[in-house]
Amino acid sequence: MELLVAMAVGLMTAVGIYLILRLRTFPVIVGLAMLSYACNVFIFASGRIVAGLPPILSPDAAGYTDPLPQALVLTAIVISFGMTAVIVMMALGAFLEAGDDRIDLEGDAE
Amino acid sequence: MGHWIITPVVLPAVMGAFSVLLLRNDLGLSRIFSTAATALLLAITGLLLHAASVNGPEVYFLGNWPAPFGIVLVLDRLSALMLMLTALLALVVQLYAIGSGWDARGKHFHALWQFQLMGVCGAFLTGDAFNLFVFFEVLLIASYGLMIHAGGRDRLKAGVQYVAFNLVGSTLFLFALATIYSVTGTLNMADLAVKLPDLPAGDFALIRTAGVMLLMVFAIKGALVPLHFWLPATYAQAPGPVSALFAVMTKVGAYAVIRCYTLIFPDTLPATGALFADLLLPAAIVTLAVGALGMLGASSLQRLVAFGAITSMGTLFVAIAQFTPQATGAALYYMLHSTLAAGAMFLIADLVLSRRATGSLDQIRPPLPQHGLIAALFMVAAIAMAGMPPLSGFLGKLMILDATRGAQMALIWSAILGSSLVMILGLARAGSTLFWKTHATPGTCPPHAAQPLAFVAVFALLIALAGLTVAAGPVMEWLTLTAAELHDPQAYIAANRLEGL
Repeated sequence: MELLVAMAVGLMTAVGIYLILRLRTFPVIVGLAMLSYACNVFIFASGRIVAGLPPILSPDAAGYTDPLPQALVLTAIVISFGMTAVIVMMALGAFLEAGDDRIDLEGDAE
Repeated sequence: MGHWIITPVVLPAVMGAFSVLLLRNDLGLSRIFSTAATALLLAITGLLLHAASVNGPEVYFLGNWPAPFGIVLVLDRLSALMLMLTALLALVVQLYAIGSGWDARGKHFHALWQFQLMGVCGAFLTGDAFNLFVFFEVLLIASYGLMIHAGGRDRLKAGVQYVAFNLVGSTLFLFALATIYSVTGTLNMADLAVKLPDLPAGDFALIRTAGVMLLMVFAIKGALVPLHFWLPATYAQAPGPVSALFAVMTKVGAYAVIRCYTLIFPDTLPATGALFADLLLPAAIVTLAVGALGMLGASSLQRLVAFGAITSMGTLFVAIAQFTPQATGAALYYMLHSTLAAGAMFLIADLVLSRRATGSLDQIRPPLPQHGLIAALFMVAAIAMAGMPPLSGFLGKLMILDATRGAQMALIWSAILGSSLVMILGLARAGSTLFWKTHATPGTCPPHAAQPLAFVAVFALLIALAGLTVAAGPVMEWLTLTAAELHDPQAYIAANRLEGL
């Protein structure tokens, strides 16, 4: 399972970085989303991967899994979700004002 | 200081919400309330500064949770100083925004301004690495709004780039924090400082990776080469007062580097040693060179000042990278100076831009309305920014040079002195194109409103610079104690009361 999680994180990061290096807004936004998914899975794994145990202490359960990464990942999801919404709105604004969806600036506007 | 420690976060948060909910249709009232809140913030930070220098570090436990588990805010001399600097710059620049009418060109300027202050103050106060990430995001999301305030094609395009760059930075920050957490099981900065020296050798590679990723995040914030690409376009396209406030945002990166790499990763740490200093110093010197050359080649006044901000970050990081108490003290003095100088310079660039509709340096144009006054202000601010005597930039650079000892001395001296010369050339070229040769050109610029409040704001920043120069002795004494406290963080760690568990 560790191998599967590690491969998922690596693959999503690679896809994210590839897409961010495109010059159009849509691939860049999808790439940023992929990168934040990779990041969320990575944070989740940072508390060690344990199967089938609750994230709280319970007398009935055999043990528990670290609850803190779950709290961290929740915060990270909320923030990345909000930020993605912001960049989508700004990209739409830029597209409507400029008439193209290129993310690089031409020489004089730089 | 008890509950006063959290007021720099709570006051702007409440004021921002208040102004977005109740005052959004009344510009006059939101100006009054927002300025009053910032003035109150300045008064409170003055109080906190006094408390921090008398009592030493003090910790505020949010929700009264004990330290490594709950989130803490830590008030020490460095964070109190940065809070006061932020509040001072914000108040003055806010007066400029009101005086020049920038805040009337779009909705929610004052609400975003307050949220921005909340994020910056929170980032300076927090003693928890994940909470630092959260406050970074708060200040960034407000800065996205301020950056595209008043809209326009070029501003929106530059804004999209700025947001994309910072989102990548945030992701990197999270990867670094998750790595640190998986190795140590804590994210409280004081707890990390206690736990990292006892790390087993097998985890050294992981913590080194995390430390370098964290350094890259702060380098993005501090516009350190090779992660400075976002800055010139962003600062050149943002509204003038917003760029001036952003002068303190690059300092958030510098603050985070000072805090993390003296507290969590000092050079006595067996896992990392002098790794970060070795990475930071070459990057800082290249930043200096890139900034100075950019100033020489800038095509508009806004870009010139933006590259000036990069140069000052380079100088600052050269001092920080030495990680000695004396160099840190000099870095703090230069940080105060460069924040105020860059703020003043961005405001002057905006004065020129608003009178001429372009800050272009490519051709000579007719004289501006209020020509002599603006030219004189530019001259003073240019002297400050280039680090010429008699203003504080000169003293700051002198102290950095004086604090430089050892093998890199020749390299650092020549980098700082050489870049200063190139900066003077760049500023002189801009000044002569903008102000000096104009009288030989036929025609006049259209008349423009006098804007007394805007000039008062610029004067206030220049007077603050002069005050910093005159009071250099006592200020430096205070900063030396601050640097000593940073390089011996026992009091900071003890304030977290980790051993009470």
